[in-house]
Amino acid sequence: MSTFWSIWVTVIVLGTVFGCWWLLWATRKGQTTDTETDRTMGHAFDGIEEYDNPLPKWWFYLFIATCVFALGYLALYPGLGNYKGLLGWTSTNQWEAEVAEADEKYGEIYAQYGNTAIPELAQDEDAMKIGQRLFANNCSVCHGTAARGQVGFPNLTDDDWLWGGEPDQILHSIAKGRNGNMTPKGVMPNMTNEQVDQVVNYVLSFSGRELDAEAAKAGEQVFAQACVACHGADGTGMAAMGAPNLTDNVWLYGSTYEWIKETVVNGRQNQMPAQEGRLTDDQIQILAAYVYSLSN
Amino acid sequence: MRHEIVEKNLGLMIVLIIFTISGGFLAEVVPLFFHQQVNEPVEGLEPLSALELEGRDIYIREGCHVCHTQQIRPFRAETERYGHYSVAGEFVYDRPFLWGSKRTGPDLARVGGRYSDAWQRQHLYDPRSVVPESNMPAFPWLFENRVDHQSIEARMSTLQTLGVPYTDEQVAKASADIEGKFEIEALVAYLQQLGTVISEKR
Repeated sequence: MSTFWSIWVTVIVLGTVFGCWWLLWATRKGQTTDTETDRTMGHAFDGIEEYDNPLPKWWFYLFIATCVFALGYLALYPGLGNYKGLLGWTSTNQWEAEVAEADEKYGEIYAQYGNTAIPELAQDEDAMKIGQRLFANNCSVCHGTAARGQVGFPNLTDDDWLWGGEPDQILHSIAKGRNGNMTPKGVMPNMTNEQVDQVVNYVLSFSGRELDAEAAKAGEQVFAQACVACHGADGTGMAAMGAPNLTDNVWLYGSTYEWIKETVVNGRQNQMPAQEGRLTDDQIQILAAYVYSLSN
Repeated sequence: MRHEIVEKNLGLMIVLIIFTISGGFLAEVVPLFFHQQVNEPVEGLEPLSALELEGRDIYIREGCHVCHTQQIRPFRAETERYGHYSVAGEFVYDRPFLWGSKRTGPDLARVGGRYSDAWQRQHLYDPRSVVPESNMPAFPWLFENRVDHQSIEARMSTLQTLGVPYTDEQVAKASADIEGKFEIEALVAYLQQLGTVISEKR
């Protein structure tokens, strides 16, 4: 703040406090003795007059006390332009002190968990209690409080993984996030409606649910052309690309003919937002262990 | 008895009342008009794109700011949950600012990138389908209505007048940029950029 504005603020603030002080004394003048309390305002309506009495003393001194309090406050806290106050308080250093206190209290516990290997950490009951709360606060919004997921948001309890369920893979998914992208009609943009029907039936046949056996058979060729690059020749997917296993009858977007057709025709885009920077590394380690513990 | 002078002269009383109540404004608000910290954008802050600006206007139209604040206060409890506390330089292009004063829902100052686009759409279409205990209303019409591309240029040039550094080129192609988009796209685009300029947690 420039000197001008600093003086500006100081003058107005102090002027207000002393102005109130002056007003209190000035309006009390001449009303300090008992004899004067009989004085009236000088007007009468229907014979009713109004006394011009001073404030009760306790009330008057309460007002004075607020002025004294204000001056004390302004001495201790920043309120007069660039003057920092005797306590040196700022909202930032109050926040820093809060954080430092918490770090001192919890830092060691977190650091200890952060340095424990995930499979081992998953066995630690106390760590998993923290993990559960972290999950509830940060992950349950998409994956559900029970981590069972929903359409478009994976179930984390079924030991079926898009991007792999090894500790490092889980850690990576949480810290760096994931971007899943299935292009419409795979790598075969000119797929005809008939071929879509065939390939959907073929995909259904992985879990023995094809509607039309002949179409399913014909679909194998379409699949080989459009889908194997990501989902593999046997349809078991590829964790490195987040391409799901199509043979295990676990479905992120619905398992029916219509749902799968929708997925084939329009493709799917999905994203797991990176948590790095939102959560500390130690917290991410605990969360990864919690997610790991759900299916191990 | 001199208070009679004030009480019986309406003009004088009005002047004295204005003088008395203007103290707070003069001391607490006026200096901020000239204060560098509240007028300079934080590093990397860009004005909203046409689509994001349209999203912001939808945000205001639907009253999101009535239940959601956009201001993280410097308390650990808030920074742990929402991220780095808000600073003045993040809001210099916000006219009007949407800090809000009441949280029925969570603060949104740094909601950008926190959830996927798909989640945002699902949540706005039917909040309880993703957060069962939510009491947020659903906004299904955002998925049917197209954005108002005709007035976007006027809105952007008004902001330009107020000092938001849009280039004339940006204003000129704003309408074409957003024509035909659904309102939901605009709103999600707006939400996904909120608070992303300051990304580190501390």
